Amino acid sequence: MNLTLKIWRQEGPDAKGQMQTVEARDIPEEASFLEMLDIVNERIIEEGGDPVQFDHDCREGICGTCSLTINGVPHGPDNGVTTCQLHMRKFRDGDTIWIEPFRAKAFPVVRDLVVDRSAFDRIIAAGGYISVRTGSAPDANGLPIEKDHADQSFDAATCIGCGACVAACPNASPMLFVGAKASHLNLLPQGKPELDIRVLAMVRQMDAEGFGNCTNHYECEGVCPKEISADVIARLNREYACASVKEGVA
Amino acid sequence: MSPLVSTICQFWSSSIGKKVVVALTGIVLVGFLAGHLAGNLLVYVGREATNDYAEFLMHLLHGAGIWIARAVLLTCFVLHIVATIQLTRSNRAARADAYEVKTSVRTTLSARVMIWSGLTILAFVIFHLLHFTVRIDQGLADLRDPLVDRHDTYGMVVRGFQNVPVSLFYIVALTLLCSHLSHGVASIFQTLGLRSKKTRGAIKVFSWIYAAIIWLGFISIPISIMLGLVHFD
Ligand code: HEM
Ligand code: FES
Repeated sequence: MNLTLKIWRQEGPDAKGQMQTVEARDIPEEASFLEMLDIVNERIIEEGGDPVQFDHDCREGICGTCSLTINGVPHGPDNGVTTCQLHMRKFRDGDTIWIEPFRAKAFPVVRDLVVDRSAFDRIIAAGGYISVRTGSAPDANGLPIEKDHADQSFDAATCIGCGACVAACPNASPMLFVGAKASHLNLLPQGKPELDIRVLAMVRQMDAEGFGNCTNHYECEGVCPKEISADVIARLNREYACASVKEGVA
Repeated sequence: MSPLVSTICQFWSSSIGKKVVVALTGIVLVGFLAGHLAGNLLVYVGREATNDYAEFLMHLLHGAGIWIARAVLLTCFVLHIVATIQLTRSNRAARADAYEVKTSVRTTLSARVMIWSGLTILAFVIFHLLHFTVRIDQGLADLRDPLVDRHDTYGMVVRGFQNVPVSLFYIVALTLLCSHLSHGVASIFQTLGLRSKKTRGAIKVFSWIYAAIIWLGFISIPISIMLGLVHFD
């Protein structure tokens, strides 16, 4: 298939970027989106040009490194997949495809489509962990955990930290990410003792990074490659409010 | 600073804390609207019922009641507005560079225009207070109840809404309020952490029904007056 790509090109963090039109010719339908960009880049390199920079690592939908806002939707038009798992058969011959970085003030562009998502690492470093050794995997049922809680925690733990929630949110809010990372630990007995300090620290770090805050548009839910539900945001709101009250009076 | 004060300051300056303030003040305003509508619908009962009710409000707790209610409402209104303007500004700043192409997948028009529906409500509330509470129009302020010696609230409402531009502005503002509520009421539950998979459907329906009742209830009054169904005599 032949496509017209409109790609965001930006020389560096402080450079002014703009959209560049690139023709993508003879793209096999079974190529993934990133493979399509590889083919385009090979041609650019052959012609002595500057290849389009983009992030990727595992290319199997588990690491959360790939990004890209495709036709205005982070990770593109397919539901529940990352860009690396999106295939060209989702597009039609002759289509024009707009490719932009994940845009947010807290995710500065490094170059072209590559953005710096280390703000997420700092949110995790603020409280997204358990500070004592919890040992290796316990015996099944050795530690009773409500089935409901185990399931919800597991669903939250599927977050790969890609940042699509931020990219999709009209306010560039990372609350689906922060909520997922908090719920993942807070719902389990090992995570409970540090629930309050975890939630306070993660939310404060989130605010300090210059992200926006959730106004309940639910765009994040719609684009999350792991289809994490905004229930984790409701839980984060509740836990933050309760933790603040406890901090104030205790 | 005492630890309590510093926690309160920190809560207010945090994104979630401010959202919680918006939600709690939103509850007060939403409750007020329901009560206000119930009172207003007395115009369908007639002049005596409407004016009795107005008199009752003015004399509640020997006249203190209305001032307590006004103080609570004003505080909530101001907190709600200051918080939402600050939140909107920080949210705009968080997406410094706009997308060339952005496609929505879930959000609604009502959710996207919250600040504009809100600011219209603010403009409307100022006008509405000058119109019916402060009564800058002497003609409306001087109306007397023909039976009992008191202000004629019923007559003021009828005369007020016989003015077509005023009624049209009222209907436009109430329509934006309906939009604000259709997103806002459901948002309260999410912001306070009371929404989950099990309840999300019910919350959405509740929010829509509440917004529709408020909208239809309030706009029915100027419409009935303009159509002559509710009249001065
Ligand atoms: C009768 C008056 C009003 C009522 C009943 C009302 C109600 C509400 C409610 C229930 C919410 C949802 C709270 C939450 O996010 O959990 C809300 C949010 C909001 N309100 Fe109001 N409001 C009123 C007036 C105003 C005014 C005057 C403004 C003007 C600035 C305003 C601006 C906003 C904004 C920007 C939001 C945030 C929207 C969001 O989170 O998506 N509101 N309002
Ligand atoms: S490259 Fe690892 S998830 Fe896409």
